[in-house]
Amino acid sequence: MTKSELIAELAAAHPHLLARDVELIVNTIFDEIKTAMLRGDRVELRGFGAFTVRQRDARTGRNPRTGEPVPVREKVVPFFKAGKELRDRINRGLPAPSRRAATHD
Amino acid sequence: MQTVTRANLAETIYTEVGLSRNESAELLETVLGHISRALEDGKSVKISGFGTFSVRQKGRRIGRNPKTGVEVPILPRRVLVFRPSQVLKARINGLPSPAGEDE
Repeated sequence: MTKSELIAELAAAHPHLLARDVELIVNTIFDEIKTAMLRGDRVELRGFGAFTVRQRDARTGRNPRTGEPVPVREKVVPFFKAGKELRDRINRGLPAPSRRAATHD
Repeated sequence: MQTVTRANLAETIYTEVGLSRNESAELLETVLGHISRALEDGKSVKISGFGTFSVRQKGRRIGRNPKTGVEVPILPRRVLVFRPSQVLKARINGLPSPAGEDE
């Protein structure tokens, strides 16, 4: 599903809203999450998941084609961790016993 | 570091879109619900300029309780992965956006 398909789906489910407004809502949500991550903030949406940024140290990488070592600078990467409810929903319908063994937190 | 919550996102929708506070909160929930449902169906969700959420199938493996050392089978399961877009990765590192990807 792409963002435009998501918008179309939402617009169909909310006939009283203008498609333009639905698009604005979806864009606003992701822009806000993005802006928060740019500030280094955490976005926590209980049941859905949390967006954070993680620091990665500088390392020596390798050009996969030539095998030549390349320095990789330290960087920040966006990270998403699914919330418990969403993790469970994704696994609904799969064999359930000892799920405890599969999730460490 | 601050934590942004549902209440903050709903407030932004309220100010940006001009819906009531209640409706803004409901719409936020609906958006998250539709994304969750697609993922539940095993579909991936691609938000251009932001990233892609997808579901990956994991096979059965033998794990170990780190505290007791007892071996436990980890059953096949599905995990959610998020791949940030090149645009988002670049912006977070203060780099110019790579050419060839839309924002």
